[in-house]
Amino acid sequence: MFLDVFTALCEGFLVSCEIFILTLVFALPLGLLIAFGSMSRFRVIKSVVKFFVWIIRGTPLMLQVMFIFYGPGLLFGWRAMERLLAVLIAFIINYACYFSEIYRGGIESISKGQYEAGQVLGMTKSQIFFKVVLLQVVKRIVPPMSNEIITLVKDTSLARIISVVELLFVAETYLLRGLIWPLFFTAVFYLVFVGVLTVLFHFIEKKLNYFRV
Amino acid sequence: MAFLEVENYRKKFGENEVLKGISFSLEKGEVLAIIGSSGGGKTTLLRCLNFLESPDEGTLSVNGETLFDAAEKKQYSDAQIREKRLHFGLVFQQFNLFPQYTVFRNITLAQTLLAKGEIRAKKRAFRAEIRALPATARKARKAEQKQELVQLSGGLKERIEARALQLLERVGLLEKKDSYPYQLSGGQQQRVAIARALALEPDILCFDEPTSALDPELTGEVLKVIKGLKDTESTMIVVTHEMEFAKNVADKVIFISDGVIEEEGEARELFENPQSEKTKAFLRRSLEEDFE
Repeated sequence: MFLDVFTALCEGFLVSCEIFILTLVFALPLGLLIAFGSMSRFRVIKSVVKFFVWIIRGTPLMLQVMFIFYGPGLLFGWRAMERLLAVLIAFIINYACYFSEIYRGGIESISKGQYEAGQVLGMTKSQIFFKVVLLQVVKRIVPPMSNEIITLVKDTSLARIISVVELLFVAETYLLRGLIWPLFFTAVFYLVFVGVLTVLFHFIEKKLNYFRV
Repeated sequence: MAFLEVENYRKKFGENEVLKGISFSLEKGEVLAIIGSSGGGKTTLLRCLNFLESPDEGTLSVNGETLFDAAEKKQYSDAQIREKRLHFGLVFQQFNLFPQYTVFRNITLAQTLLAKGEIRAKKRAFRAEIRALPATARKARKAEQKQELVQLSGGLKERIEARALQLLERVGLLEKKDSYPYQLSGGQQQRVAIARALALEPDILCFDEPTSALDPELTGEVLKVIKGLKDTESTMIVVTHEMEFAKNVADKVIFISDGVIEEEGEARELFENPQSEKTKAFLRRSLEEDFE
């Protein structure tokens, strides 16, 4: 009995992991793009991006998931998309916006002197960004990023709102059949996952400790 | 024509005119000190020379080559500006070393990147050349190109590194080559910054108040290094509040006040026998500050 439930929970957990990993893979670079947009010299781009970030950060992720899944059908009569795809789109956009603000904070915290030092040494803009600024930004954003990424682990459970069969959804099906313990047992999965991430981030922070900004 | 010629530099920030027509010249190997109270335009002038700011009016030439002409500045590409500014080096008040690199890498980084860029450009040019050749001639030319590339890149790294070590020795920090900036005192960081600027062999090395961010007991070591450079025939422009240093090291002194050159002349002469009332008042104030 326990083994059956455990196996089912593991399958749900795999789906949670899938949401987690795919969100990260796409949201991390997309966030950087949005960050550049929100720092753009062109006012129009900057305003549009900032407005978009406000909308995304200003509404619940759960609502966004439902909007992406039901919205196209209700608005244009389109055929419903794959549930997992809807979740991924909503998650990627949402997290990219949060990441973008972290990137922006990190990039803007680098002193103008670093850019100017690169300039007077004849470096190109991209050399200055990649060879001088980037690692300093990474060092600064590891703590806030790890926070956000740990939140993402638990946010994957929001996917159950459109019946994606992730960890919490699986546990709930047992609950409906009168079996309560699997629901609380899911905590073990989340805790272990977050524990591993915490160790990983601690390791990265330590790795970057060889210099100070 | 002098080695460096600055003609009628003007710069406005909004409504605030910071440089109101600055002209001066400097011969090769000379040291120029720029003095004046804060907000007078000294730093802006240095930043204009290094292409960190772009003057609204004026021209600049080094060694007979016009590097900047405000009338044509819109046509300058990023790449052109990068090339032009390499005639100048700049040592910042706040050092601005790259914190994630060792002292040694701070010095070699820019040069390595430049060299790589050159090799890449060369390769591109070679490829274009091959495409333009008839198929029969390609093979022979390719072999020649390979030779040339080997010659160009061979020993490059060694040369850059040897030069960095030599510079570190000159600023007296050879034993610190593997340290990170945060492990150094302010004075040591500034000496590394000087070595870093020298690595690109600029025609003219500029210093923007190089000792202002340092504790008083550390200014001496930095000034000593700058003084040592004078003996190597470096052409230098030093914006400074250290009047003793300006008097003893500089060949020429310019006193800038409110965006104009109020007085200029041979160093000793200007300090001992200032003509303008403003200069006199400024020197008196600086002297009093030194005693406080």
